[in-house]
Amino acid sequence: MSKILVCISNVPDTTTKITFTDNNTQFNTNGVQFILNPYDEIALARAIELTDGGKGSVTVINVGEANTEATIRKALAIGAADAVRINARPQDAWYVAYQIAEYVKANPFDLILTGRESIDYNGSKVAGMLGELLDIPSVSIIKKLDATDSEATVEREIEGGKEVLTIPFPFVAGCAEGVAEPKIPNMRGIMSARTKPLTVVEAVEVQTLSQIISYETPPPRGQVNLVPAEDPAKLVDLLHTQARVI
Amino acid sequence: MSVLIYAENAAGKFKKSTFEAVSYAKAIAAQNNTNLIAISIGDVANEELAALGKYGAEKVLNVSNEKLKNFINQAYASVIAEAAKANGADIVVLSNSFSGRGLAPRLGVKLQAGVADGAVALPEQNGGKLTVKKTAFSGKAFATVELTSANKVIALTPNSYKVVEGGSAAPVEVFNAEAKASDFKEMIKDIVRSTDKVSLPDAEIVVSAGRGMKGPENWGMIEELANLLGAATACSKPVSDAGWRPHEEHVGQTGIAVSPNLYIAIGISGAIQHLAGISSSKVIVVINKDAEAPFFKVADYGIVGDAFEVLPKLIAAVKEYKASA
Ligand SMILES: Cc1cc2nc3c(=O)[nH]c(=O)nc-3n(C[C@H](O)[C@H](O)[C@H](O)COP(=O)(O)OP(=O)(O)OC[C@H]3O[C@@H](n4cnc5c(N)ncnc54)[C@H](O)[C@@H]3O)c2cc1C
Repeated sequence: MSKILVCISNVPDTTTKITFTDNNTQFNTNGVQFILNPYDEIALARAIELTDGGKGSVTVINVGEANTEATIRKALAIGAADAVRINARPQDAWYVAYQIAEYVKANPFDLILTGRESIDYNGSKVAGMLGELLDIPSVSIIKKLDATDSEATVEREIEGGKEVLTIPFPFVAGCAEGVAEPKIPNMRGIMSARTKPLTVVEAVEVQTLSQIISYETPPPRGQVNLVPAEDPAKLVDLLHTQARVI
Repeated sequence: MSVLIYAENAAGKFKKSTFEAVSYAKAIAAQNNTNLIAISIGDVANEELAALGKYGAEKVLNVSNEKLKNFINQAYASVIAEAAKANGADIVVLSNSFSGRGLAPRLGVKLQAGVADGAVALPEQNGGKLTVKKTAFSGKAFATVELTSANKVIALTPNSYKVVEGGSAAPVEVFNAEAKASDFKEMIKDIVRSTDKVSLPDAEIVVSAGRGMKGPENWGMIEELANLLGAATACSKPVSDAGWRPHEEHVGQTGIAVSPNLYIAIGISGAIQHLAGISSSKVIVVINKDAEAPFFKVADYGIVGDAFEVLPKLIAAVKEYKASA
Protein backbone atom coordinates (compact mmCIF):
# COMPACT_ATOMS: atom_id res chain seq x y z
CA MET A 1 0.00 0.00 0.00
CA SER A 2 1.45 3.32 -0.91
CA LYS A 3 -0.96 6.21 -0.68
CA ILE A 4 -3.28 6.95 2.23
CA LEU A 5 -5.82 9.77 2.37
CA VAL A 6 -7.03 10.95 5.77
CA CYS A 7 -10.18 13.07 5.85
CA ILE A 8 -9.98 15.67 8.59
CA SER A 9 -12.59 17.92 10.05
CA ASN A 10 -12.31 21.14 12.01
CA VAL A 11 -14.51 20.96 15.11
CA PRO A 12 -15.15 22.91 18.32
CA ASP A 13 -12.76 22.01 21.14
CA THR A 14 -14.12 19.29 23.42
CA THR A 15 -14.49 21.68 26.38
CA THR A 16 -16.76 24.02 24.40
CA LYS A 17 -20.07 24.98 26.00
CA ILE A 18 -22.49 24.72 23.12
CA THR A 19 -24.76 27.74 22.54
CA PHE A 20 -26.73 29.08 19.60
CA THR A 21 -27.66 32.42 18.07
CA ASP A 22 -30.25 33.77 15.63
CA ASN A 23 -33.19 32.24 17.41
CA ASN A 24 -31.40 28.88 17.81
CA THR A 25 -30.69 28.48 14.12
CA GLN A 26 -26.90 29.03 14.15
CA PHE A 27 -24.11 27.51 16.24
CA ASN A 28 -22.43 30.28 18.20
CA THR A 29 -18.74 30.21 17.23
CA ASN A 30 -17.97 33.25 19.35
CA GLY A 31 -14.94 32.49 21.51
CA VAL A 32 -14.88 28.87 20.38
CA GLN A 33 -11.50 27.26 19.77
CA PHE A 34 -11.47 24.89 16.81
CA ILE A 35 -9.40 21.70 16.77
CA LEU A 36 -8.63 18.69 14.63
CA ASN A 37 -11.47 16.22 15.24
CA PRO A 38 -10.17 13.77 17.90
CA TYR A 39 -11.10 10.64 15.91
CA ASP A 40 -9.40 12.05 12.81
CA GLU A 41 -6.26 12.42 14.93
CA ILE A 42 -6.45 8.69 15.60
CA ALA A 43 -6.88 7.93 11.89
CA LEU A 44 -3.97 10.21 11.01
CA ALA A 45 -1.73 8.60 13.64
CA ARG A 46 -2.40 5.14 12.20
CA ALA A 47 -1.83 6.34 8.63
CA ILE A 48 1.57 7.70 9.65
CA GLU A 49 2.47 4.44 11.40
CA LEU A 50 1.47 2.39 8.35
CA THR A 51 3.63 4.45 6.00
CA ASP A 52 6.59 4.82 8.37
CA GLY A 53 10.03 4.28 6.90
CA GLY A 54 9.11 5.25 3.34
CA LYS A 55 6.37 2.67 2.89
CA GLY A 56 4.05 5.29 1.45
CA SER A 57 2.71 8.75 1.97
CA VAL A 58 -0.15 10.37 3.83
CA THR A 59 -2.27 13.15 2.38
CA VAL A 60 -4.91 14.95 4.45
CA ILE A 61 -8.02 16.46 2.93
CA ASN A 62 -10.48 18.93 4.40
CA VAL A 63 -13.60 20.49 2.97
CA GLY A 64 -13.57 23.94 4.49
CA GLU A 65 -12.99 27.62 4.08
CA ALA A 66 -9.65 29.33 4.64
CA ASN A 67 -10.19 29.45 8.42
CA THR A 68 -9.55 25.68 8.69
CA GLU A 69 -5.92 26.03 7.64
CA ALA A 70 -4.60 26.06 11.21
CA THR A 71 -6.12 22.61 11.68
CA ILE A 72 -4.68 21.44 8.36
CA ARG A 73 -1.22 22.70 9.37
CA LYS A 74 -1.54 20.78 12.63
CA ALA A 75 -2.13 17.60 10.62
CA LEU A 76 0.94 18.39 8.52
CA ALA A 77 2.93 18.99 11.70
CA ILE A 78 1.85 15.59 13.02
CA GLY A 79 3.32 13.99 9.90
CA ALA A 80 1.12 14.16 6.80
CA ALA A 81 3.20 14.83 3.68
CA ASP A 82 0.78 17.16 1.98
CA ALA A 83 -2.73 18.54 2.24
CA VAL A 84 -5.72 19.39 0.11
CA ARG A 85 -8.39 21.89 1.07
CA ILE A 86 -11.57 21.89 -0.96
CA ASN A 87 -12.65 25.45 -0.70
CA ALA A 88 -16.26 25.38 0.51
CA ARG A 89 -18.32 25.62 3.64
CA PRO A 90 -19.19 22.03 4.54
CA GLN A 91 -22.96 21.74 4.41
CA ASP A 92 -24.09 18.20 5.02
CA ALA A 93 -22.24 14.88 5.03
CA TRP A 94 -23.39 14.18 1.48
CA TYR A 95 -21.91 17.48 0.29
CA VAL A 96 -18.58 16.78 2.02
CA ALA A 97 -18.37 13.17 0.83
CA TYR A 98 -19.25 14.21 -2.72
CA GLN A 99 -16.44 16.78 -2.84
CA ILE A 100 -13.88 14.32 -1.50
CA ALA A 101 -15.06 11.57 -3.86
CA GLU A 102 -14.65 13.88 -6.85
CA TYR A 103 -11.09 14.61 -5.78
CA VAL A 104 -10.30 10.93 -5.24
CA LYS A 105 -11.69 9.94 -8.66
CA ALA A 106 -9.02 12.14 -10.21
CA ASN A 107 -6.33 11.30 -7.61
CA PRO A 108 -6.70 7.68 -6.47
CA PHE A 109 -5.62 6.39 -3.05
CA ASP A 110 -5.09 2.88 -1.74
CA LEU A 111 -6.72 3.54 1.60
CA ILE A 112 -9.00 6.31 2.83
CA LEU A 113 -9.38 6.87 6.55
CA THR A 114 -11.87 9.04 8.38
CA GLY A 115 -12.68 9.37 12.05
CA ARG A 116 -15.68 7.33 13.15
CA GLU A 117 -17.63 10.59 13.35
CA SER A 118 -17.03 14.25 13.91
CA ILE A 119 -17.72 15.49 17.42
CA ASP A 120 -19.91 18.35 16.15
CA TYR A 121 -22.60 16.77 14.01
CA ASN A 122 -21.81 13.18 14.97
CA GLY A 123 -22.72 11.97 11.54
CA SER A 124 -20.53 8.91 11.01
CA LYS A 125 -21.67 9.16 7.40
CA VAL A 126 -18.72 10.43 5.36
CA ALA A 127 -16.88 7.06 5.33
CA GLY A 128 -19.89 5.09 4.07
CA MET A 129 -20.90 7.73 1.54
CA LEU A 130 -17.36 7.85 0.17
CA GLY A 131 -17.37 4.07 -0.15
CA GLU A 132 -20.61 4.15 -2.07
CA LEU A 133 -19.62 7.08 -4.29
CA LEU A 134 -16.34 5.35 -5.16
CA ASP A 135 -17.92 1.88 -5.29
CA ILE A 136 -15.41 0.44 -2.83
CA PRO A 137 -15.95 -1.20 0.59
CA SER A 138 -16.40 0.91 3.70
CA VAL A 139 -16.26 -0.15 7.32
CA SER A 140 -17.57 1.99 10.13
CA ILE A 141 -16.18 2.19 13.63
CA ILE A 142 -13.02 0.17 13.45
CA LYS A 143 -10.86 -0.41 16.49
CA LYS A 144 -7.83 -2.00 14.86
CA LEU A 145 -6.19 -1.79 11.46
CA ASP A 146 -3.28 -3.88 10.20
CA ALA A 147 -2.09 -3.96 6.62
CA THR A 148 -0.09 -6.06 4.18
CA ASP A 149 0.70 -4.94 0.63
CA SER A 150 -2.61 -5.98 -0.83
CA GLU A 151 -5.15 -6.08 1.97
CA ALA A 152 -5.92 -5.00 5.49
CA THR A 153 -7.29 -6.75 8.53
CA VAL A 154 -9.62 -4.62 10.59
CA GLU A 155 -11.55 -5.12 13.78
CA ARG A 156 -15.02 -3.68 13.68
CA GLU A 157 -17.12 -2.94 16.72
CA ILE A 158 -20.45 -4.80 16.98
CA GLU A 159 -22.92 -4.79 19.84
CA GLY A 160 -21.45 -6.90 22.63
CA GLY A 161 -18.37 -7.92 20.69
CA LYS A 162 -16.18 -7.49 17.66
CA GLU A 163 -15.81 -8.74 14.14
CA VAL A 164 -12.54 -9.30 12.31
CA LEU A 165 -12.59 -8.58 8.57
CA THR A 166 -10.06 -8.71 5.76
CA ILE A 167 -10.55 -6.19 2.99
CA PRO A 168 -8.55 -5.66 -0.22
CA PHE A 169 -7.39 -2.12 -1.03
CA PRO A 170 -8.83 0.33 -1.84
CA PHE A 171 -11.42 0.83 0.88
CA VAL A 172 -12.61 3.42 3.38
CA ALA A 173 -12.56 3.00 7.16
CA GLY A 174 -13.95 5.10 10.01
CA CYS A 175 -11.44 4.96 12.86
CA ALA A 176 -12.23 4.91 16.57
CA GLU A 177 -10.23 4.59 19.78
CA GLY A 178 -7.90 1.63 19.75
CA VAL A 179 -6.70 2.10 16.15
CA ALA A 180 -3.76 4.24 17.31
CA GLU A 181 -2.68 6.72 19.96
CA PRO A 182 -2.90 10.31 18.72
CA LYS A 183 0.56 11.78 17.96
CA ILE A 184 1.78 15.07 19.33
CA PRO A 185 3.65 17.19 16.80
CA ASN A 186 7.32 17.82 17.61
CA MET A 187 9.30 20.97 16.85
CA ARG A 188 10.65 19.61 13.58
CA GLY A 189 7.15 18.69 12.48
CA ILE A 190 5.82 22.13 13.34
CA MET A 191 8.63 23.83 11.41
CA SER A 192 8.30 21.64 8.33
CA ALA A 193 4.49 21.95 8.30
CA ARG A 194 4.87 25.55 7.19
CA THR A 195 6.49 24.56 3.93
CA LYS A 196 4.60 21.36 3.12
CA PRO A 197 2.31 21.63 0.08
CA LEU A 198 -1.29 22.65 0.74
CA THR A 199 -3.32 22.60 -2.44
CA VAL A 200 -6.58 24.50 -2.58
CA VAL A 201 -9.17 23.02 -4.92
CA GLU A 202 -12.45 24.67 -5.85
CA ALA A 203 -15.61 22.79 -4.93
CA VAL A 204 -17.87 21.21 -7.50
CA GLU A 205 -21.51 22.03 -7.60
CA VAL A 206 -23.83 19.57 -5.86
CA GLN A 207 -27.21 19.83 -4.26
CA THR A 208 -27.45 19.10 -0.54
CA LEU A 209 -30.02 16.56 0.60
CA SER A 210 -30.50 17.84 4.12
CA GLN A 211 -30.07 20.94 6.22
CA ILE A 212 -30.18 21.79 9.88
CA ILE A 213 -33.01 24.18 10.60
CA SER A 214 -32.74 24.61 14.36
CA TYR A 215 -30.93 23.57 17.51
CA GLU A 216 -31.82 23.07 21.12
CA THR A 217 -29.94 22.20 24.27
CA PRO A 218 -31.15 19.44 26.59
CA PRO A 219 -33.57 20.64 29.30
CA PRO A 220 -31.80 21.46 32.56
CA ARG A 221 -31.93 18.73 35.14
CA GLY A 222 -33.46 19.29 38.56
CA GLN A 223 -31.59 19.37 41.84
CA VAL A 224 -29.74 16.28 42.93
CA ASN A 225 -31.46 14.22 45.61
CA LEU A 226 -28.69 13.27 48.05
CA VAL A 227 -28.86 10.02 50.00
CA PRO A 228 -26.68 9.51 53.10
CA ALA A 229 -23.58 7.37 52.43
CA GLU A 230 -24.50 5.07 55.32
CA ASP A 231 -27.83 4.23 53.76
CA PRO A 232 -27.55 2.99 50.13
CA ALA A 233 -30.73 0.96 50.72
CA LYS A 234 -32.55 4.27 50.60
CA LEU A 235 -31.13 4.84 47.11
CA VAL A 236 -32.33 1.43 45.96
CA ASP A 237 -35.76 2.22 47.33
CA LEU A 238 -35.92 5.60 45.54
CA LEU A 239 -34.80 4.07 42.26
CA HIS A 240 -37.58 1.53 42.59
CA THR A 241 -40.48 3.57 43.95
CA GLN A 242 -39.75 7.12 42.76
CA ALA A 243 -37.63 6.93 39.59
CA ARG A 244 -39.06 3.52 38.62
CA VAL A 245 -35.92 2.44 36.83
CA ILE A 246 -35.26 -0.80 38.69
CA MET B 1 -45.26 4.93 -1.31
CA SER B 2 -44.40 2.92 1.76
CA VAL B 3 -41.96 2.76 4.66
CA LEU B 4 -39.27 0.07 4.76
CA ILE B 5 -37.65 -0.95 8.04
CA TYR B 6 -34.41 -2.92 8.06
CA ALA B 7 -34.82 -5.37 10.95
CA GLU B 8 -31.31 -6.09 12.16
CA ASN B 9 -30.61 -9.40 13.88
CA ALA B 10 -27.73 -10.53 16.04
CA ALA B 11 -26.96 -14.22 15.54
CA GLY B 12 -30.49 -14.89 14.26
CA LYS B 13 -32.39 -13.00 16.96
CA PHE B 14 -33.89 -9.54 16.81
CA LYS B 15 -32.82 -7.18 19.54
CA LYS B 16 -34.85 -4.67 21.49
CA SER B 17 -33.39 -1.86 19.37
CA THR B 18 -34.89 -3.56 16.31
CA PHE B 19 -38.32 -3.65 17.93
CA GLU B 20 -37.91 0.03 18.80
CA ALA B 21 -37.04 0.82 15.18
CA VAL B 22 -40.01 -1.20 13.88
CA SER B 23 -42.38 0.58 16.31
CA TYR B 24 -40.93 3.92 15.26
CA ALA B 25 -41.22 3.08 11.56
CA LYS B 26 -44.83 2.01 12.12
CA ALA B 27 -45.62 5.43 13.60
CA ILE B 28 -44.02 7.09 10.56
CA ALA B 29 -46.05 4.89 8.22
CA ALA B 30 -49.21 5.88 10.13
CA GLN B 31 -48.30 9.58 9.82
CA ASN B 32 -48.06 9.05 6.07
CA ASN B 33 -51.12 6.85 5.79
CA THR B 34 -49.05 4.15 4.23
CA ASN B 35 -47.92 0.63 4.99
CA LEU B 36 -44.82 -0.70 6.75
CA ILE B 37 -42.70 -3.40 5.20
CA ALA B 38 -39.83 -5.02 7.10
CA ILE B 39 -36.77 -6.60 5.56
CA SER B 40 -34.56 -9.07 7.33
CA ILE B 41 -31.26 -10.36 5.96
CA GLY B 42 -29.50 -13.44 7.28
CA ASP B 43 -30.56 -16.56 9.07
CA VAL B 44 -33.68 -15.82 11.11
CA ALA B 45 -36.35 -18.37 11.98
CA ASN B 46 -39.79 -17.87 10.41
CA GLU B 47 -41.64 -17.38 13.73
CA GLU B 48 -39.11 -14.73 14.72
CA LEU B 49 -39.69 -12.97 11.38
CA ALA B 50 -43.47 -13.17 11.59
CA ALA B 51 -43.34 -11.72 15.11
CA LEU B 52 -42.25 -8.37 13.63
CA GLY B 53 -45.95 -8.01 12.85
CA LYS B 54 -46.55 -7.48 16.57
CA TYR B 55 -44.71 -4.18 16.31
CA GLY B 56 -46.49 -3.02 13.19
CA ALA B 57 -44.83 -4.65 10.16
CA GLU B 58 -47.51 -5.60 7.63
CA LYS B 59 -45.22 -7.78 5.57
CA VAL B 60 -41.77 -9.21 6.18
CA LEU B 61 -39.31 -9.71 3.33
CA ASN B 62 -36.85 -12.44 4.12
CA VAL B 63 -33.48 -12.54 2.40
CA SER B 64 -31.73 -15.71 3.37
CA ASN B 65 -28.86 -17.18 1.45
CA GLU B 66 -25.46 -18.50 2.34
CA LYS B 67 -23.56 -15.47 0.98
CA LEU B 68 -25.64 -13.02 2.99
CA LYS B 69 -25.59 -15.01 6.21
CA ASN B 70 -23.34 -12.52 7.97
CA PHE B 71 -23.36 -8.73 7.76
CA ILE B 72 -21.43 -7.43 4.75
CA ASN B 73 -21.98 -3.68 4.66
CA GLN B 74 -21.86 -3.13 0.92
CA ALA B 75 -23.96 -6.17 0.01
CA TYR B 76 -26.61 -5.52 2.67
CA ALA B 77 -26.92 -1.92 1.50
CA SER B 78 -27.48 -3.14 -2.08
CA VAL B 79 -30.18 -5.57 -0.96
CA ILE B 80 -32.01 -3.02 1.18
CA ALA B 81 -31.90 -0.39 -1.59
CA GLU B 82 -33.24 -2.94 -4.05
CA ALA B 83 -36.09 -3.83 -1.70
CA ALA B 84 -36.89 -0.14 -1.21
CA LYS B 85 -37.09 0.38 -4.97
CA ALA B 86 -39.08 -2.80 -5.61
CA ASN B 87 -41.62 -1.83 -2.95
CA GLY B 88 -41.86 1.87 -3.69
CA ALA B 89 -40.53 2.76 -0.24
CA ASP B 90 -39.54 6.41 -0.02
CA ILE B 91 -38.60 6.27 3.67
CA VAL B 92 -36.13 3.69 4.97
CA VAL B 93 -35.74 3.30 8.73
CA LEU B 94 -33.00 1.45 10.55
CA SER B 95 -31.40 1.35 13.96
CA ASN B 96 -28.41 3.64 14.55
CA SER B 97 -26.45 0.58 15.67
CA PHE B 98 -22.86 -0.13 14.70
CA SER B 99 -24.05 -1.86 11.54
CA GLY B 100 -26.75 0.75 10.94
CA ARG B 101 -24.09 3.44 10.89
CA GLY B 102 -22.36 1.59 8.10
CA LEU B 103 -25.53 1.06 6.09
CA ALA B 104 -27.32 4.40 6.40
CA PRO B 105 -24.77 6.47 4.44
CA ARG B 106 -24.48 3.88 1.66
CA LEU B 107 -28.28 3.75 1.41
CA GLY B 108 -28.36 7.54 1.34
CA VAL B 109 -26.16 7.57 -1.74
CA LYS B 110 -27.90 4.65 -3.46
CA LEU B 111 -31.33 6.18 -2.98
CA GLN B 112 -30.20 9.82 -3.33
CA ALA B 113 -31.74 10.28 0.07
CA GLY B 114 -31.01 12.73 2.85
CA VAL B 115 -29.94 10.81 5.97
CA ALA B 116 -30.98 11.65 9.52
CA ASP B 117 -28.88 9.49 11.79
CA GLY B 118 -29.03 9.53 15.55
CA ALA B 119 -32.76 10.34 15.41
CA VAL B 120 -34.31 10.66 18.87
CA ALA B 121 -37.94 11.51 18.11
CA LEU B 122 -40.66 11.00 15.54
CA PRO B 123 -40.28 13.15 12.44
CA GLU B 124 -42.61 15.97 11.54
CA GLN B 125 -44.02 16.10 8.04
CA ASN B 126 -43.77 19.37 6.22
CA GLY B 127 -45.09 19.04 2.69
CA GLY B 128 -42.74 16.64 0.94
CA LYS B 129 -40.02 17.45 3.45
CA LEU B 130 -39.51 15.84 6.77
CA THR B 131 -37.81 17.19 9.89
CA VAL B 132 -36.14 14.96 12.46
CA LYS B 133 -34.59 15.76 15.81
CA LYS B 134 -31.16 14.18 16.25
CA THR B 135 -28.31 14.36 18.71
CA ALA B 136 -25.49 16.78 17.90
CA PHE B 137 -22.34 18.01 19.58
CA SER B 138 -21.96 14.60 21.20
CA GLY B 139 -25.11 14.93 23.22
CA LYS B 140 -24.48 18.50 24.33
CA ALA B 141 -27.32 19.58 22.02
CA PHE B 142 -29.94 18.43 19.55
CA ALA B 143 -30.30 19.53 15.96
CA THR B 144 -33.46 19.43 13.89
CA VAL B 145 -32.51 18.33 10.42
CA GLU B 146 -34.73 18.79 7.42
CA LEU B 147 -34.52 16.14 4.73
CA THR B 148 -35.26 17.86 1.44
CA SER B 149 -34.83 14.88 -0.90
CA ALA B 150 -37.70 12.75 -2.21
CA ASN B 151 -36.31 9.62 -0.52
CA LYS B 152 -35.26 9.65 3.12
CA VAL B 153 -33.19 7.46 5.42
CA ILE B 154 -33.65 7.66 9.19
CA ALA B 155 -31.47 5.83 11.73
CA LEU B 156 -32.98 5.69 15.22
CA THR B 157 -30.82 5.98 18.34
CA PRO B 158 -31.29 2.89 20.56
CA ASN B 159 -33.34 3.52 23.73
CA SER B 160 -34.94 6.69 22.41
CA TYR B 161 -38.29 5.34 21.25
CA LYS B 162 -40.48 2.92 23.13
CA VAL B 163 -41.42 -0.49 21.86
CA VAL B 164 -45.13 -0.51 20.92
CA GLU B 165 -46.85 -3.88 20.66
CA GLY B 166 -50.29 -4.43 19.22
CA GLY B 167 -50.39 -6.07 15.81
CA SER B 168 -50.37 -9.74 15.00
CA ALA B 169 -48.04 -12.06 13.11
CA ALA B 170 -47.10 -10.76 9.67
CA PRO B 171 -46.83 -12.76 6.45
CA VAL B 172 -43.25 -13.62 5.52
CA GLU B 173 -42.18 -13.52 1.87
CA VAL B 174 -38.92 -14.58 0.33
CA PHE B 175 -37.14 -11.68 -1.32
CA ASN B 176 -34.59 -12.69 -3.94
CA ALA B 177 -31.95 -10.03 -4.06
CA GLU B 178 -28.98 -10.00 -6.36
CA ALA B 179 -26.11 -8.23 -4.66
CA LYS B 180 -23.30 -7.94 -7.22
CA ALA B 181 -20.07 -9.86 -6.84
CA SER B 182 -18.09 -6.68 -6.17
CA ASP B 183 -20.24 -6.14 -3.06
CA PHE B 184 -18.47 -9.04 -1.39
CA LYS B 185 -14.91 -7.82 -1.18
CA GLU B 186 -14.84 -7.78 2.60
CA MET B 187 -14.36 -11.21 4.11
CA ILE B 188 -15.35 -12.00 7.65
CA LYS B 189 -12.63 -13.88 9.48
CA ASP B 190 -14.08 -14.01 12.94
CA ILE B 191 -17.00 -12.83 15.02
CA VAL B 192 -16.50 -12.67 18.76
CA ARG B 193 -19.59 -11.98 20.82
CA SER B 194 -19.53 -12.20 24.57
CA THR B 195 -22.93 -13.68 25.15
CA ASP B 196 -22.91 -13.20 28.91
CA LYS B 197 -22.53 -9.43 28.73
CA VAL B 198 -25.15 -6.76 28.19
CA SER B 199 -24.26 -4.68 25.14
CA LEU B 200 -23.47 -1.09 26.14
CA PRO B 201 -25.33 0.90 23.45
CA ASP B 202 -28.51 -1.14 24.01
CA ALA B 203 -28.34 -1.36 27.81
CA GLU B 204 -31.21 -0.02 29.89
CA ILE B 205 -28.96 0.26 32.93
CA VAL B 206 -25.28 1.18 32.83
CA VAL B 207 -22.88 0.93 35.78
CA SER B 208 -19.88 3.10 34.98
CA ALA B 209 -16.73 3.81 36.93
CA GLY B 210 -13.78 6.17 36.71
CA ARG B 211 -10.33 6.78 37.98
CA GLY B 212 -11.75 6.97 41.50
CA MET B 213 -11.73 3.15 41.50
CA LYS B 214 -7.90 3.33 41.75
CA GLY B 215 -7.10 0.27 39.64
CA PRO B 216 -8.47 -2.60 37.53
CA GLU B 217 -8.30 -4.96 40.50
CA ASN B 218 -11.23 -3.10 42.05
CA TRP B 219 -13.63 -3.66 39.15
CA GLY B 220 -15.06 -6.81 40.73
CA MET B 221 -17.48 -4.65 42.73
CA ILE B 222 -18.54 -2.78 39.59
CA GLU B 223 -19.18 -6.02 37.75
CA GLU B 224 -21.05 -7.50 40.68
CA LEU B 225 -23.36 -4.49 40.88
CA ALA B 226 -23.89 -4.55 37.10
CA ASN B 227 -24.68 -8.27 37.13
CA LEU B 228 -27.23 -7.83 39.90
CA LEU B 229 -28.96 -5.03 37.97
CA GLY B 230 -28.69 -6.71 34.54
CA ALA B 231 -26.60 -3.71 33.52
CA ALA B 232 -23.73 -3.10 31.11
CA THR B 233 -20.42 -1.87 32.50
CA ALA B 234 -18.73 1.28 31.26
CA CYS B 235 -15.87 3.59 32.20
CA SER B 236 -14.35 7.04 31.75
CA LYS B 237 -11.62 7.73 29.18
CA PRO B 238 -8.57 7.72 31.49
CA VAL B 239 -9.63 4.28 32.69
CA SER B 240 -9.56 2.80 29.18
CA ASP B 241 -6.46 4.81 28.26
CA ALA B 242 -4.69 3.22 31.23
CA GLY B 243 -5.78 -0.19 30.01
CA TRP B 244 -7.84 -0.95 33.12
CA ARG B 245 -10.83 -1.58 30.89
CA PRO B 246 -11.25 -2.20 27.15
CA HIS B 247 -11.79 0.78 24.81
CA GLU B 248 -15.29 -0.30 23.89
CA GLU B 249 -16.42 0.51 27.44
CA HIS B 250 -15.29 4.12 27.29
CA VAL B 251 -18.27 6.44 27.38
CA GLY B 252 -18.33 10.11 26.42
CA GLN B 253 -17.62 12.58 23.69
CA THR B 254 -14.83 10.48 22.21
CA GLY B 255 -16.26 7.17 23.31
CA ILE B 256 -19.71 5.64 23.11
CA ALA B 257 -22.82 7.76 23.62
CA VAL B 258 -25.44 6.00 25.71
CA SER B 259 -29.04 6.76 26.58
CA PRO B 260 -30.04 4.23 29.24
CA ASN B 261 -32.90 4.55 31.70
CA LEU B 262 -30.39 4.52 34.54
CA TYR B 263 -26.73 5.59 34.49
CA ILE B 264 -24.75 4.98 37.68
CA ALA B 265 -21.42 6.84 37.76
CA ILE B 266 -18.95 5.77 40.43
CA GLY B 267 -15.72 7.68 41.06
CA ILE B 268 -16.11 9.74 37.89
CA SER B 269 -15.59 13.50 38.14
CA GLY B 270 -18.11 14.50 35.47
CA ALA B 271 -15.84 16.31 33.02
CA ILE B 272 -17.70 17.97 30.14
CA GLN B 273 -16.39 15.34 27.70
CA HIS B 274 -17.75 12.54 29.83
CA LEU B 275 -21.12 14.20 30.36
CA ALA B 276 -21.43 14.73 26.60
CA GLY B 277 -21.91 11.01 26.05
CA ILE B 278 -24.37 10.33 28.83
CA SER B 279 -26.58 13.42 28.93
CA SER B 280 -29.60 11.69 27.42
CA SER B 281 -29.71 9.11 30.22
CA LYS B 282 -33.11 9.26 31.85
CA VAL B 283 -31.95 8.95 35.46
CA ILE B 284 -28.40 9.62 36.64
CA VAL B 285 -26.96 8.39 39.95
CA VAL B 286 -23.56 9.63 41.11
CA ILE B 287 -21.33 8.20 43.81
CA ASN B 288 -18.30 10.35 44.51
CA LYS B 289 -16.36 11.26 47.65
CA ASP B 290 -15.99 14.85 46.49
CA ALA B 291 -19.23 16.78 47.09
CA GLU B 292 -17.97 19.40 44.64
CA ALA B 293 -17.56 16.93 41.75
CA PRO B 294 -19.25 18.47 38.68
CA PHE B 295 -21.19 15.25 38.13
CA PHE B 296 -23.53 16.12 41.02
CA LYS B 297 -24.82 19.10 39.02
CA VAL B 298 -26.43 16.79 36.45
CA ALA B 299 -27.32 13.91 38.77
CA ASP B 300 -30.83 13.00 39.86
CA TYR B 301 -29.62 11.02 42.87
CA GLY B 302 -26.29 11.15 44.59
CA ILE B 303 -24.24 9.74 47.41
CA VAL B 304 -21.29 11.75 48.69
CA GLY B 305 -18.98 9.04 49.96
CA ASP B 306 -16.05 6.76 49.41
CA ALA B 307 -16.90 4.19 46.74
CA PHE B 308 -14.98 1.52 48.64
CA GLU B 309 -17.33 1.95 51.60
CA VAL B 310 -20.55 2.71 49.72
CA LEU B 311 -20.38 -0.04 47.07
CA PRO B 312 -20.42 -3.09 49.39
CA LYS B 313 -23.45 -1.63 51.17
CA LEU B 314 -25.14 -0.77 47.89
CA ILE B 315 -24.52 -4.28 46.56
CA ALA B 316 -26.00 -5.74 49.75
CA ALA B 317 -29.02 -3.45 49.45
CA VAL B 318 -29.62 -4.46 45.83
CA LYS B 319 -29.37 -8.13 46.81
CA GLU B 320 -31.93 -7.59 49.52
CA TYR B 321 -34.23 -5.75 47.13
CA LYS B 322 -33.90 -8.57 44.58
CA ALA B 323 -34.66 -11.19 47.20
CA SER B 324 -37.80 -9.39 48.31
CA ALA B 325 -39.05 -8.53 44.80
C1 LIG C 1 -10.13 15.56 23.50
C2 LIG C 1 -10.63 14.95 24.78
C3 LIG C 1 -11.67 14.05 24.72
C4 LIG C 1 -12.14 13.43 25.88
N1 LIG C 1 -13.16 12.53 25.79
C5 LIG C 1 -13.60 11.93 26.93
C6 LIG C 1 -14.65 10.97 26.88
O1 LIG C 1 -15.18 10.66 25.82
N2 LIG C 1 -15.03 10.37 28.03
C7 LIG C 1 -14.46 10.67 29.23
O2 LIG C 1 -14.85 10.07 30.24
N3 LIG C 1 -13.48 11.57 29.31
C8 LIG C 1 -13.04 12.20 28.19
N4 LIG C 1 -12.02 13.09 28.27
C9 LIG C 1 -11.34 13.22 29.58
C10 LIG C 1 -12.08 14.10 30.55
O3 LIG C 1 -11.72 15.45 30.32
C11 LIG C 1 -11.71 13.70 31.99
O4 LIG C 1 -10.31 13.74 32.12
C12 LIG C 1 -12.19 12.32 32.41
O5 LIG C 1 -13.58 12.17 32.12
C13 LIG C 1 -11.95 12.13 33.89
O6 LIG C 1 -12.18 10.78 34.23
P1 LIG C 1 -12.47 10.38 35.72
O7 LIG C 1 -13.60 11.19 36.20
O8 LIG C 1 -12.61 8.91 35.75
O9 LIG C 1 -11.10 10.71 36.49
P2 LIG C 1 -10.69 11.89 37.46
O10 LIG C 1 -10.81 13.22 36.81
O11 LIG C 1 -9.40 11.48 38.03
O12 LIG C 1 -11.79 11.86 38.58
C14 LIG C 1 -11.96 10.82 39.47
C15 LIG C 1 -13.14 11.13 40.36
O13 LIG C 1 -13.27 10.09 41.29
C16 LIG C 1 -13.50 10.61 42.58
N5 LIG C 1 -12.96 9.66 43.55
C17 LIG C 1 -11.67 9.38 43.81
N6 LIG C 1 -11.58 8.41 44.76
C18 LIG C 1 -12.83 8.07 45.09
C19 LIG C 1 -13.41 7.13 45.99
N7 LIG C 1 -12.65 6.33 46.76
N8 LIG C 1 -14.76 7.04 46.08
C20 LIG C 1 -15.55 7.85 45.32
N9 LIG C 1 -15.06 8.75 44.45
C21 LIG C 1 -13.72 8.86 44.33
C22 LIG C 1 -12.80 11.94 42.60
O14 LIG C 1 -13.43 12.79 43.54
C23 LIG C 1 -12.99 12.42 41.16
O15 LIG C 1 -14.20 13.17 41.02
C24 LIG C 1 -11.56 13.74 27.14
C25 LIG C 1 -10.54 14.69 27.18
C26 LIG C 1 -10.08 15.29 26.03
C27 LIG C 1 -8.99 16.32 26.13
